[in-house]
Amino acid sequence: MIQADLSVILPEIFLAVYAMAALLFAVYTGKDKLAKPLVYATALVMVVLAIYVGSSSTGTTEAFGGMFVNDAFARFAKVVILLSGAIVMVMGEDYMHRRGMLRFEYPILIALASVGMMMMVSAGDLMSLYMGLELQSLALYVVAAMRRDSVKSTEAGLKYFVLGALSSGLLLYGASLVYGFAGTTKFAGIITVAQHGEVSVGLLIGLVLLISGLAFKVSAVPFHMWTPDVYEGAPTPVTAFFATAPKVAAMGLFARVMHDAFGHAVSDWSQVIALLAVASMFLGAVAAIGQRDIKRLMAYSSIAHMGYALIGLAAGTEFGVEAMLVYMAIYVTMNIGTFAFILMMERDGKPITDINALNQFSKKEPGKALAMLVLLFSLAGVPPMLGFFGKFYVLRAAVDANMTWLAVAGVVASVIGAFYYLRIVFYMYFGKDGEEMQSRGSMLLNGLLAASAIAMVAGTFTTLGIENAAASAAATLVH
Amino acid sequence: MEEMLREYLPILVFLAVAAGLGIVLILAAVVLAVRNPDPEKVSAYECGFNAFDDARMKFDVRFYLVSILFIIFDLEIAMLFPWAVAFKDVSMVGFWSMMVFLGVLTIGFAYEWKKGALEWE
Repeated sequence: MIQADLSVILPEIFLAVYAMAALLFAVYTGKDKLAKPLVYATALVMVVLAIYVGSSSTGTTEAFGGMFVNDAFARFAKVVILLSGAIVMVMGEDYMHRRGMLRFEYPILIALASVGMMMMVSAGDLMSLYMGLELQSLALYVVAAMRRDSVKSTEAGLKYFVLGALSSGLLLYGASLVYGFAGTTKFAGIITVAQHGEVSVGLLIGLVLLISGLAFKVSAVPFHMWTPDVYEGAPTPVTAFFATAPKVAAMGLFARVMHDAFGHAVSDWSQVIALLAVASMFLGAVAAIGQRDIKRLMAYSSIAHMGYALIGLAAGTEFGVEAMLVYMAIYVTMNIGTFAFILMMERDGKPITDINALNQFSKKEPGKALAMLVLLFSLAGVPPMLGFFGKFYVLRAAVDANMTWLAVAGVVASVIGAFYYLRIVFYMYFGKDGEEMQSRGSMLLNGLLAASAIAMVAGTFTTLGIENAAASAAATLVH
Repeated sequence: MEEMLREYLPILVFLAVAAGLGIVLILAAVVLAVRNPDPEKVSAYECGFNAFDDARMKFDVRFYLVSILFIIFDLEIAMLFPWAVAFKDVSMVGFWSMMVFLGVLTIGFAYEWKKGALEWE
């Protein structure tokens, strides 16, 4: 019995044990001298686990009386989380090493955050949901404040911690109300209580508070305030991490709670999520216009992208979840390339984040400028880039679910949002002569930038079966 | 009509939570706090005589570190008590769960020790 349970959560146990063993090994031997090999070792472990999770089991298995669910949805999210986490960690290694902030705790904290994220997307109970969420969040608070001697970085960490604690409070309060009115913390039990038209007011308030807490984690408006400050203050490799894996995990968790626990009361939550989606898309599009710092700009960009992903969720259909998963996979790919570019931006060896520095960049580095152009077009959702198809999917899900107004709002917001992406392209190709900027990076960063840009174009012809995987993932989740 | 309005209830609840929480937190300080300052009240309390210096002095960050470490092991005790009281009824799974928990804590303790968090000088 217990062996069966343990075999279901084997990947999580393995990663957790690896993280603890690596921590002890490093602290008793080389300490920070081991940081570099640890980054690569951790990335290797995460990639191996991603392959194991992706290829091993099929079907749905549960562990610990339904507290932990391993189904196609969880596996899809875990593969994306582990792969993007590993890539982003390796990508930032050189940047951190050169600026003397690579500590051996960094890869270990990322590994622990990944355990939390895997727990989140597999949660089958409010308890395991909270456990995964906190494990992920606590590790992320620490990495946000990695540069202890930088005021901005510590401020980012503290802000993230205080607001994260507030959101956890909201979520816990919601969870306690749901437990009180449903009589169980298991999603499988809640769904039998929360039927169409029979949701009691108490359960509804609990649901809304749960949504508020989760909206914090996906940085959806009006719970987005922490995002720009944390993105700006955290070291760039950490920002790149924040923008990828945790967003997938939070979105996955969001979808799981809504469909697994409240799947028979779609009309009760889809309006709330539609509201979050519209507010996020418009705020993300409008507020980014005034930003001159590319990291803050990417923060607003990610708020807007979360809005689009939430459209898929708001549709409340199986196709909606599929669209959301495809959107998140595309979003992560785009962000890896864009942050590879941002990590290379520097002047006299110091990193810069001002978008004015990109003036006339295409004259110096036409290849990199072209790759960035493709990525920015894709982020803006310009056809025929892959980003367009992501948006197309979620908008179609909204139309299919008779929420045409939501799709129209999405199109309007994407037109507004296109302005600031295209402005960067304008600077790179037609900007005034101004401050010089170098773009220095390893083969790895250049390769990732190129690979991501190529994926945006090649995605038009083939997406390597991501749709099929997302479709089967969505089918297991939606009742 | 009734039914239609009911369908919008989630939005209403949601807006009320979003707006209400923010307003309540700000207003609570204004409404609840009694403000009636005089020099004696605003000065720092020092057992009857005038304050020697500013109460906002810097604390060594190590106090903070020690108190955090204390909380961790304090919580461990809080977890251990109910487990120990119900020891006869917990199964082997319960026993080994607690052992794993203690093991994880010990790893954390070994890490902080080696990292030098317990050294005062």
